[in-house]
Amino acid sequence: MKVNLGRYMSMLAGDPLADRAVPPTGYTANLTVFTAGAMAFLAVFALALSLATGRLADRWSAELARTSTLRISAPADQLAAQEAAAVRVLETTPGVASAKPLTTEEQQALLEPWFGPDLPVETLPIPRLIEIIEEGDGYDPAGLRARLQAEVPGAILDDHTRWREPLIAAANRLRLLATVAILLIAAATGAMITLAAQAALAANAQVIRVMRLVGARDLYIAGAFVRRFTLRSLTGSAAGTAAGMLAVLLLPKTEVAGGFLTGLGFQGAGWIAPLVIPPLAAIVAFFATRAAALRTLRANS
Amino acid sequence: MIELDRVAYSYGGGELFSDVSLTLAPGSFQFLTGPSGAGKTTLLKLCYGELVSTAGYVRLFGKNTREMERDDVAMSRRKIGVVHQDCQFLDHLSVAENIALPLTVSGRAQEAGDYLEDLLRWVGLTHQASQLPPQLSGGERQRAALARAVIISPDVIIADEPTGNIDWEMSQRLLQLLVELNKMGKTVLIATHDLNLIRASKSQVSTRVLRLANRRLHVAGAEL
Repeated sequence: MKVNLGRYMSMLAGDPLADRAVPPTGYTANLTVFTAGAMAFLAVFALALSLATGRLADRWSAELARTSTLRISAPADQLAAQEAAAVRVLETTPGVASAKPLTTEEQQALLEPWFGPDLPVETLPIPRLIEIIEEGDGYDPAGLRARLQAEVPGAILDDHTRWREPLIAAANRLRLLATVAILLIAAATGAMITLAAQAALAANAQVIRVMRLVGARDLYIAGAFVRRFTLRSLTGSAAGTAAGMLAVLLLPKTEVAGGFLTGLGFQGAGWIAPLVIPPLAAIVAFFATRAAALRTLRANS
Repeated sequence: MIELDRVAYSYGGGELFSDVSLTLAPGSFQFLTGPSGAGKTTLLKLCYGELVSTAGYVRLFGKNTREMERDDVAMSRRKIGVVHQDCQFLDHLSVAENIALPLTVSGRAQEAGDYLEDLLRWVGLTHQASQLPPQLSGGERQRAALARAVIISPDVIIADEPTGNIDWEMSQRLLQLLVELNKMGKTVLIATHDLNLIRASKSQVSTRVLRLANRRLHVAGAEL
């Protein structure tokens, strides 16, 4: 491993004369810088999506897992009694921190997005809702359901499992897709840089021939190309990352527009994450160019 | 140093030459002559490992070229200075940078320094050091190529038609430089069809003349 690392490092070690021996070809230089920049820009968004969906899954999981809702449907004259009985049951249930019946105003606020502000909640046969906040490891849903069935016949316990699981699954799937997108971006970058390196090697066939005639080893010749493409990739991806981060920064704030998409950003230490993109792009360029150069030199020996 | 043992080389379905044996002994000075198309350049390429024989063995410093790794070939070429017929310069580098290229690719660029200046003076190109190769005349290019061939202090110097594109006076100057190198202990092999050059050398150094013709290599006789 030490030997290999040494060989890799020797390829990166600068040799201005070696670099001058291989003349730069304008179109491959521009292609590499542009590709690295564009891919880094996309990678920033994929990374933002990955981090945002991760946060979303965690938040949904945490928030929904810590709360439940008890719904009581009963004839109007029994509603208050059943609500009181339910609260008593809940207050004596281990794992329940609090049980708070929703007021008429709170229920009205919940329904307002669908029915408007003037809905006469008190005249409608709407079930009573009790918000349950859990503590510690939470309560035993099966045991609580059994007790409620005996003491509050109109109560239905919703522990949010049926909401939570598909939401978390969707968030996790989105996170996976974002990760796949990042990997695809890295692979596409590698492929594009390989093509550009091969074009540069083909354009410099005579230079390579002369260098070989005077005793240059394959690693030495490859090194000149590797250094150049690694530097170009680093430069392009740094610019692309900066542009991507700026674009993410300029997205509307969550508190202004609300919703999921506007949460697509970096928070706190998350802003450091995109900074790994340029070095990673340089590493991809290093290995892609090295493989392309050595393969081409072997084929032409 | 360099040994060809019953070597043959074929391409395109035809045999260029066969049963060629040649030894470049240390300190020897040899000419390779013959008609155009006889395979002189190909034979030289076998001698510095750019081509691999289709039959027989070529040994560079004791190693069979057919069994050599590419890195071994590169290392062997650092012991063989070659003056190519078409010089093979990198046109975007200056004359000085081209001459220093063998040191550069060997990781010994820092050794060039004063030696490069001495070498430029020796071949009479001090004032052309910063020029680009296309700006040089034919004779200057050949002398620059000779300087590049010797800068790494090789054991063997191989020159392919070094006087092909230059006048007689410049040919004499180039021959004189090669003779000087031979007197310093370098082994020299020159491919040329210029019989006058061969005759001119006889008064300066002990030479052996080989003739490649009709697919065979012979030692040339007194006709030269």
